[in-house]
Amino acid sequence: MTAPAVPASSPGSTGEMARIPGMKTQRNAELGLLAFAMVLVAAYGATVEAARIGEITPTFWVPAALLSILFVGLHFVVRYTAPYADPVLIPAVALINGLGVGFLRRLDIGDALSKKQAIPGIFSGIGGRQLAWTLIALILAAVLLIVVRDHKIVSRYAYTLGLTGIVLVMIPAVLPSSISEVNGAKLWIRIGSFSIQPGEFAKIALVSFFAYYLVRKREVLSLASKRVLGIDFPRGRDLGPVVTVWLLSLLVLVFEKDLGTALLYFGLFVVTLYVATERASWLIIGLLLFFGGVYLAYLLGASVGGPFANFYDRAQVWLDPFALDNYERFGGSYQLVQGLLSLGTGGLFGSGPGGGSPRFVPEVQNDFIFAGMGEEIGLFGLSALLVLYLLIVERGLRSALAVRDSFGKLVAGGLSFTLGLQIFVILGGITGLIPLTGQTTPFLSSGGSSLMANWLLIAMLLRISNAARGPAASGGGADRAGGGPKKAPAQLHGAMTEVIKP
Amino acid sequence: MNAPLRRAGVVILVLFGLLFANLNWVQAYKADDYRTSDYNRRVVVAQYERPRGIIEVGGTGVATNKVTDDALKYLRVYPRKEVYAPVLGYRPVGLAATGIENAENDFLSGESDKLFADRVKDMFTGNNTGGGNVLLTINSKAQETAWKELTGNERGVKRGAAIAIDPRTGAVQAMVSMPSFDPNPLVSHDEKAASAAYNRLNKDPAQPLLNRSTAETLPPGSTFKVIVSAAALQNGYTTETEIQAGAEYRESGAVIRNAEDEVCPGQRIDLKEALTESCNTGFARLGVTLGRDKIMAAAKAFGFQDSQLTVGNLEGSGLPVAASDTGKIANADGSVDKGALAQSSIGQRDVRMTPIQGALIAASVANGGKQMRPYLVQKLLTPDLRTIYTASPKTLREPINSQVAGDLKDMMISVVENGTGKKARIKGMEVGGKTGTAENAEGADDHGWFIGFAYNDKGDAVSAVCVMLENVPGGHASAEAARISGLIMKAAAGQGGD
Repeated sequence: MTAPAVPASSPGSTGEMARIPGMKTQRNAELGLLAFAMVLVAAYGATVEAARIGEITPTFWVPAALLSILFVGLHFVVRYTAPYADPVLIPAVALINGLGVGFLRRLDIGDALSKKQAIPGIFSGIGGRQLAWTLIALILAAVLLIVVRDHKIVSRYAYTLGLTGIVLVMIPAVLPSSISEVNGAKLWIRIGSFSIQPGEFAKIALVSFFAYYLVRKREVLSLASKRVLGIDFPRGRDLGPVVTVWLLSLLVLVFEKDLGTALLYFGLFVVTLYVATERASWLIIGLLLFFGGVYLAYLLGASVGGPFANFYDRAQVWLDPFALDNYERFGGSYQLVQGLLSLGTGGLFGSGPGGGSPRFVPEVQNDFIFAGMGEEIGLFGLSALLVLYLLIVERGLRSALAVRDSFGKLVAGGLSFTLGLQIFVILGGITGLIPLTGQTTPFLSSGGSSLMANWLLIAMLLRISNAARGPAASGGGADRAGGGPKKAPAQLHGAMTEVIKP
Repeated sequence: MNAPLRRAGVVILVLFGLLFANLNWVQAYKADDYRTSDYNRRVVVAQYERPRGIIEVGGTGVATNKVTDDALKYLRVYPRKEVYAPVLGYRPVGLAATGIENAENDFLSGESDKLFADRVKDMFTGNNTGGGNVLLTINSKAQETAWKELTGNERGVKRGAAIAIDPRTGAVQAMVSMPSFDPNPLVSHDEKAASAAYNRLNKDPAQPLLNRSTAETLPPGSTFKVIVSAAALQNGYTTETEIQAGAEYRESGAVIRNAEDEVCPGQRIDLKEALTESCNTGFARLGVTLGRDKIMAAAKAFGFQDSQLTVGNLEGSGLPVAASDTGKIANADGSVDKGALAQSSIGQRDVRMTPIQGALIAASVANGGKQMRPYLVQKLLTPDLRTIYTASPKTLREPINSQVAGDLKDMMISVVENGTGKKARIKGMEVGGKTGTAENAEGADDHGWFIGFAYNDKGDAVSAVCVMLENVPGGHASAEAARISGLIMKAAAGQGGD
């Protein structure tokens, strides 16, 4: 399935990514995998129609075909702007995204049938809207790939991005609840029927900022002053930035009433810090601070209430969702219990796409989409989805391992880890593993913010993986601009990390 | 930087491992719990996937289905509304079922083991064969008569109950309770409306949801004298034995008088005449003479203090029957309270009885002393009308021997022929019974009772009945109950005229 290498034509001079003989781009593999993913999406759509409508309509393949056009479009952008990018990322994400569109369309069909209306058109309903959001998200991803030809350029705007990130995080907290609160969590900006979750975009901005900051400060931060129990602890004054981010995430927890987002930001910071400094002590300090803070918030919620009460309630619901008073209380465990029942009803094999009753689960198109799909595709289907997610995250981390510059390492590592953590937080929440928090399920949930932000994240990973897998010099095209003698392409594997000091 | 990145990868791997393990817990280990959880709406929807069995009375469906076009495919319909509501109960979407709908739920829904073969067949044919049908013992003429006469009573009584039983088998011929309710709104697929309808009925002070014939106990008044008579006959008395009567009887602070001055004013009266006239002083003194233990034993032999009885399927569950109770008849130290014993012997004080218990007493007498276990389910039929179960009557208990039963029968016939129960007479049939007028609360109107039985011209005991009317205005509370009883028995015997 691998593509034969294409001889390079005037490398570097046109600014277009060059291909070096002997290096495998694996773009055709990507195309093949993409075709396979879209066949699965079309099959899913056909199964849904057979189960729900009772027949497969002549247009069952249209959503899959439209999605194919979009993804193939991105594939070609990647082919020309990042030819050495990881070939697994796009097909894996496309499959999840396509199944998400398929499930949302399944909800539309189910709703229309229960209201005895005609089968909705492909572009109507939440399925149609998700299709449109996918288009916009892919355009954004393509634009990012075209504009940012080298991920290191991003570090030039690090402080702007950092400020933007913090502002995006804080906006919903300072806005009145009427605009920012949905289902008890203040994470939104709602204007009329249009709403966005700025925090989704903040992730990328903050990772870029952290990466830049840590690359500059890593030597200071990895200085150890005290050695306790075989672990090096940093000096007191170096704790400053960690404590700042810790406070920021606790503020999010208290004022945006959302544990998941707080955990996400803090986890993101601690991991980039750990990766940058290679000091396990930061990890220990971070974890202690976070869980200490959460436990404190829990105690305060039990005794003081006020802004902490929401978190305390959620913890109570998590501890015993099936208790009658938790179940019947407004904002109690109803959602969680219905999600669990949906998953349990699905069992090992599920009722088949279109065969379940996902509308018994509240918010099944958003936070609980995993539970709604779980009834229909069963444990086996969900396990496959989990493996897909794991594949995306580990591929991202692999790019981080392979890329040579420390900024790229931190950005790719931070973004991949955050993605993994977000998946853990929401899926753990709806399966009762951890207290439930309002996170979207990446690439599945209905909604534009999440889809756009996560596709931007994937575009960034594609860009970095291109640098990681491509020839060493192609990352900074300008180096080769003199037309000097062609050297044998240097493999990045095993190369030393190169520390960039602006 | 690569070592920490690898470790971060391991952390993600561990987190996903936790997710996977937890998913196995939820979707494999706990799956059955969740699939059948009370919180799971799918359980409800699944029950409406196939038509529920029909409940029939004499070839007519009294609980049927209507095909709908919403998510729940069949709507339960009760065409006779209030008339059969106490028997059938109802099967709502979200609330608890009651009555036969509850007792025979497994069979009606098709989940019963008895219908296992149909379920297996469904798996291969892909059909949704309906649940099994239930054929009731109710005689529709008797039931309709009971409802019509009870609700259209001549005294304007608002609450009461009537029950008729075949004394030979125990098959319930009629069971009505007033006021009743229309079960149709309760089974509406609009759950909010159904819930509102339930709350309205549940809060109604007249308690329309209460099945008064089985679930309400009231002081039985003079109908209890049948039990005292049985105790006397079992202890050497005959129908001609003279007992002491009089206008007034004082015992340990309790004062017993007769209902009217002309009832047994003389000093001596024989047992048969005492029952015929419903002589309070005579029976109160007789009870005290016999003693507490004998009265309580006789009552227990007829079924008092039994809280386990259900009326439905003879092999399984049914409508629960509240325990009738004689009270303790004791002082604080446990010794016999003779005043209470005197009052209890005429069915006052703490004596309480359900209408079905009253009918069982009459039925025992009519059936030569054998009390048959009452039942409502005559047959269970598969959807293709194969009979799975036919009730085979069972003797529940034998409170009196045939000799005593014969004497009691003569005495009770005398009550209807010559005494207080004349209104129950039916042309061409031999009717016996006992009236009861029970004082209850201070200033409230008396309850009127009648328990009785009827023999057809061949000498078969065709029906035993109990009619209870609460708080009958205008005195002679039992006369109206006796009249209604006669009409119900006539209808049950197949002689009811429209």
